[in-house]
Amino acid sequence: MFGRRAFAVVLAQIAFFTACTSGSNTQETTTLDVYAASSLATPFADAGLAYEKAHPGVKVQFNFGASSDLARFVQEGAPADVFASADMSNMDRVESKDLLDSPPVIFATNYLEIIVEKGNPLNISSLQDLENLDLVFVTTSPDVPIGKYTAEVLKKAGVSVTPDSLESNVKGIMLKVASGEADAAIVYHSEVIASDGQVEGVEILAEFNIVAKYPIGIIKNSANKKQAQGFVDFLLSTAGQTLLTQYGFGLP
Amino acid sequence: MSRSRRRRQKLPWQIVLIAAVAAAFFLAPFVGLMWRTPWSKFADIVRRQEIRDALWLSIKTSLMTAVICLIFGVPLAWLLARVEFPGRRFIRALTTLSMVLPPVVGGIALLFTFGRRGLIGQYLDSWFGIRIPFTTTAVVMAQCFVAMPFLVLTVEAALRQLDSRFEGAARTLGGTRWYVFRRVTLPSIRPSLFAGIVLAWARALGEFGATITFAGNLPGTTQTMPLATYAALDSNPESALILSLVMIAIAFTILIALRDRWLGRAEQGLSL
Repeated sequence: MFGRRAFAVVLAQIAFFTACTSGSNTQETTTLDVYAASSLATPFADAGLAYEKAHPGVKVQFNFGASSDLARFVQEGAPADVFASADMSNMDRVESKDLLDSPPVIFATNYLEIIVEKGNPLNISSLQDLENLDLVFVTTSPDVPIGKYTAEVLKKAGVSVTPDSLESNVKGIMLKVASGEADAAIVYHSEVIASDGQVEGVEILAEFNIVAKYPIGIIKNSANKKQAQGFVDFLLSTAGQTLLTQYGFGLP
Repeated sequence: MSRSRRRRQKLPWQIVLIAAVAAAFFLAPFVGLMWRTPWSKFADIVRRQEIRDALWLSIKTSLMTAVICLIFGVPLAWLLARVEFPGRRFIRALTTLSMVLPPVVGGIALLFTFGRRGLIGQYLDSWFGIRIPFTTTAVVMAQCFVAMPFLVLTVEAALRQLDSRFEGAARTLGGTRWYVFRRVTLPSIRPSLFAGIVLAWARALGEFGATITFAGNLPGTTQTMPLATYAALDSNPESALILSLVMIAIAFTILIALRDRWLGRAEQGLSL
C-alpha cells in the first residue's frame, strides 16, 4: 500500500522523536555535529557522506528538526558545530545571543507548493480552493518556519484556512498528507521532490509565493571550527550546490 | 509496609549511596525546572484560555482512558491469568509491546490502522463516514493504546497470586461464575486494581508521541497538556515551564493521595 518513500517518511518521523545526539570523540575520528532544518534532511545526508568521503577521519552527525527546536537547543548549549535554519528569524535568535562564530551565510533557497494526495482526488488547483473546499488541512505552528511561510502565503492570497492540526515539523505534515489523513498542506518545493511521488505538488502563483532563505552558521563554541568551515564551504562549492539543486533547492 | 516495626540494622552504605544517587537523579530535574520557573507570572499564565483548554482536555481524555482501560483491561488480564489457550504468550507479549514501543511508533501504527486510508479506517470512512484522526476520540485511542498494558499487567500479576481456593469455595457454595468474579475475585485484588487504574491514568495524562502522530495537535480538540507544553516551548518558554509544573503537581498530588487512601495495602503485584 505504501511505497518505500512513504516508509522513509515514517522512518524520518520516528527519527525526529527518538533522535539524540552524542558528541563522542574517539581518538582518530572527529565528529562534526550539524543541526539542520528537517527540510534539509535528504540533501544533507548525501552531503555528509560526500564530505566524509573527501575527509577521512571526519564523521558528520546530523540532528534534523524544526529550526525553532534546533535554535532552542543551541541556545541551551547543545554541542552543535554547525546550524542550518530554514528561515532567517531562527538564525537571528541564535545570532542575537552571540552564539555564532561569524555572520551566517545563505546557501540555498526554496519556494512553496501546495501538496495533495497522489492523484489529487479533490482537484485542488489553487490557494483559493483550500478555502472553498471542505478539506482537512494541516500545517505547523507559526514558530516553525514552514508554518510561518504558509500563513504568509495564505495572507498574500487573501485566503483563510482553518488547520485541522499543527504538526511539529515538515515531516509530520508530509506523513499526514502521504498517508491520506490530510487533504492538503503547503510545504517546500524540495519536499515534493524528496517525496518521490508519494504526494503531488500543485503550483502556487509567483505573486503569492515566497522565497525561503536557508542560512548556515558555525557555532562559536564549536571544537571543530576547521571541519565546520569545511562543511559549509562544501555546501557552497559547485558540488554542494549541484547536490542541493538536485533535491529541488534554489541557489542563493 | 510496616515502617514502625522494622528494626534498625546496620545499613550497607554502598547500597545507600547508590540509591541516593538514583533518588537525586529523579529529584534534580524537578529542582531544575522550578529554578527556571517565572513564579510571578504563574497565576497569569495558568488563567489563559488555551492553557485551561489543554488542561481540561487532558483531564477529560485521561479519565475516559482510565475507564476504558478498566472495562477492557480487567477481562483481558483475567483471561491471561486464568485461562490456558493457544497463543496466550503471544497475546501477553503483544500487550507488553505497546509499553516498550516508542509511542510514536504506536501512533503511526494507529494511523495506518484507523486512519482514513488505514486497514480498518478506510471502511469506517466509506461505510459510516467516521474519521478518527484529528478528533478527541483519536486522543483517547492513542492514550488507551499506551496506557492499557499498565493496568493489564498489574491486574494479571495480582490475579495469578490470588489463591483460587476462595473462588472455588464460593463456586461450591452456589455462586455463579459472574457473581464469584464480581464479589470474590475483584474485591480481593482491589489494591492492585486501583494501582493499575492509577498507573494507566498517569501514563495517559503524560501521553505525547502517539497522540501527536495519530491525533494531531489542535488547541481545544487534540492538544493535551503535553502537546501544549511542547508547542509553547518555542513561542512562550515561560508557559511551557509553568505547564510542566502544573502537570507535575497534578500527577504528584493524585499519586500521593491515592497511595494513602487506597493503595496502602497493595501487597500484590505492582504496587505504587
